Amino acid sequence: MISLNSIHKSYAMGSNSLHVLKGINLEIEQGEFVSIMGSSGSGKSTLLNILGILDNYDEGSYHLNGTLIKNMSEKQAAKLRNELLGFVFQSFNLISFKNAMENVALPLYYQGVSRKKRNIIALEYLDKMGLLEWANHLPSEMSGGQKQRVAIARSLISKPKIIFADEPTGALDSVTSIEVMEILKEINKEGITLIIVTHEHDIAAMTHKIIRVE
Amino acid sequence: MEGQGGGFVMFDLDLWNEIISALRKNRMRSFMTAFGVFWGIFMLILMSGAGKALENGVLDGVRAFATNSAFFWTERTSIPYAGFQRGRRWDYDNDDIKYLRDNVKEIEYLSPRLFGWQQNGDNTVRGERTGSFQMFGDYPDYFKIDRWTPVKGRLMNEIDILQKRKVCNIGERVVEVLFDKDEDPIGQYLKISGVYFQVIGVIHAETRINIGGGKKEETIIIPFSTMQSAYNYGNRVHFFSVTSKKGNKVSDLEAKLQRILKERHKVAPDDLQAVGSFNIEKEFVKFSALFLGIQVLTWIVGLGTLLAGIIGVSNIMLVIIKERTQEIGIQRAIGATPAVIIKHIVAESVFLTVMAGYVGLSLGVGILEILNQILIKSADSGSELFFRNPEINLGMALAALGVLVIAGMFAGLIPAKRAISIKPIDALRDEK
Repeated sequence: MISLNSIHKSYAMGSNSLHVLKGINLEIEQGEFVSIMGSSGSGKSTLLNILGILDNYDEGSYHLNGTLIKNMSEKQAAKLRNELLGFVFQSFNLISFKNAMENVALPLYYQGVSRKKRNIIALEYLDKMGLLEWANHLPSEMSGGQKQRVAIARSLISKPKIIFADEPTGALDSVTSIEVMEILKEINKEGITLIIVTHEHDIAAMTHKIIRVE
Repeated sequence: MEGQGGGFVMFDLDLWNEIISALRKNRMRSFMTAFGVFWGIFMLILMSGAGKALENGVLDGVRAFATNSAFFWTERTSIPYAGFQRGRRWDYDNDDIKYLRDNVKEIEYLSPRLFGWQQNGDNTVRGERTGSFQMFGDYPDYFKIDRWTPVKGRLMNEIDILQKRKVCNIGERVVEVLFDKDEDPIGQYLKISGVYFQVIGVIHAETRINIGGGKKEETIIIPFSTMQSAYNYGNRVHFFSVTSKKGNKVSDLEAKLQRILKERHKVAPDDLQAVGSFNIEKEFVKFSALFLGIQVLTWIVGLGTLLAGIIGVSNIMLVIIKERTQEIGIQRAIGATPAVIIKHIVAESVFLTVMAGYVGLSLGVGILEILNQILIKSADSGSELFFRNPEINLGMALAALGVLVIAGMFAGLIPAKRAISIKPIDALRDEK
């Protein structure tokens, strides 16, 4: 599913360059539940960006679902992201002026699904997350756990093959964290590859494979 | 995905739903953005309307006046000449009329005039009613120089002159003073300075340029020939009005007639005082320059305001984009292409500017219209207007709207370009 071969990435910092990723090799099969761990500044977010086609890499090769991902145009990247990938973020990143249902439906908007149809589908996913009665609430009216579940619903609606979760429990208390992790486990059981970036060991321990970035 | 790439913005209903809901949910932001443009176009419309109104107000009073006209009167001589002492009083006469008509081919219309000097108290009597009015003896040609139109009856004509008929044209105010409301003045008799005249027409002045004093509504005009004989003016002429033929400058004609009249009446050629004259053309040139100036100023200020509004929109759009970096980052992470995002932002900005511009346009035109109604009312009640018919032409309004659409596009495009230059992940991590 995902294959990284000696990936290098450095950032220009003024006249210096900061070498963040120094030859990363990685294989992730379909249906795996993987966590990426590392101290802050270790490049785990950079790695996630590259995996999520949100950033380019300098050297090496990255194959996603058999396709070489290299110097993609924004348009191609957006298409791939939309069809293959789902994202869950630490800070939820819901659009504040859209209600839960509209937030969930947004990826389908970019696929050109009609409003009526995508809202129906969004309600289904919210229902799965147990949030049906919150469909018309704005993110500001919901708790952290609820917001993260909306975000998960949103990442699921485009039926992705892989979901990237960047510190999905970082902003949640421990009880809610475990709830969210249970949901992610469920999703994984349905065959979706899950890749989590975290610095919490107990969270990482709930995944099948831990990848450490130094 | 493909469905989003190609769709034509105008008919993409879903896009409009998105835009309108985004705008509606950010009311303050949308309002502030729109206000700059609204104000710009509103001021442009209002100012150009007001400028036009001032122009109309002033020009309306003179527009119907022949711009190629010149006027001559006599003053006491200031230089002794040909045996006459200085300070001699003199008048034009009937021979001058004939001479000028026969010999000066540049003249189009020529009308001699006699002033019936307004005496103390009332000079006009009809039964129990009396009034004090300004009387002139004129030729019919005069109506072509300073335009008058008959409201009722007819204008005086050549036959009235030839037969020295005792007939008169009277102004609207004369009718009000001397007649009952439902009374028909035509055919009735007035006693003016002791002589009876039959009313043949009620006349309305098309201009407010006033030759010879008095209010134009309070004027009585009688045939020149009748006035000369009925009031013992002999063959004297007080005043000449002339217009030049096409292709001849009236100022040249004015100089020529000055020379001829001085020669005919033994006035020193270098006497600057004896023949009084002026031509309207000179005054018109001054007016035209003034209004061109006002118009240019209006446009400069108006367009400046509009430009400031558009720069304001662009600026606010930039701020909005910054505020929305996260939102845009999310959209891109979940599959929005740069094209879709640019389309959104540009459509949003165009929508805002056009709506704001339209409201500004409508309100501006609306206020001008209200102003117009008020002006019409006060005009009906008889007050003098220097501000009349504030109007704005459709072409200009459409041009302004076109400028707005294009400006709105740019105001959106610049921030949109910036928005997509930010990596989605930076955008998403920005707030931390």
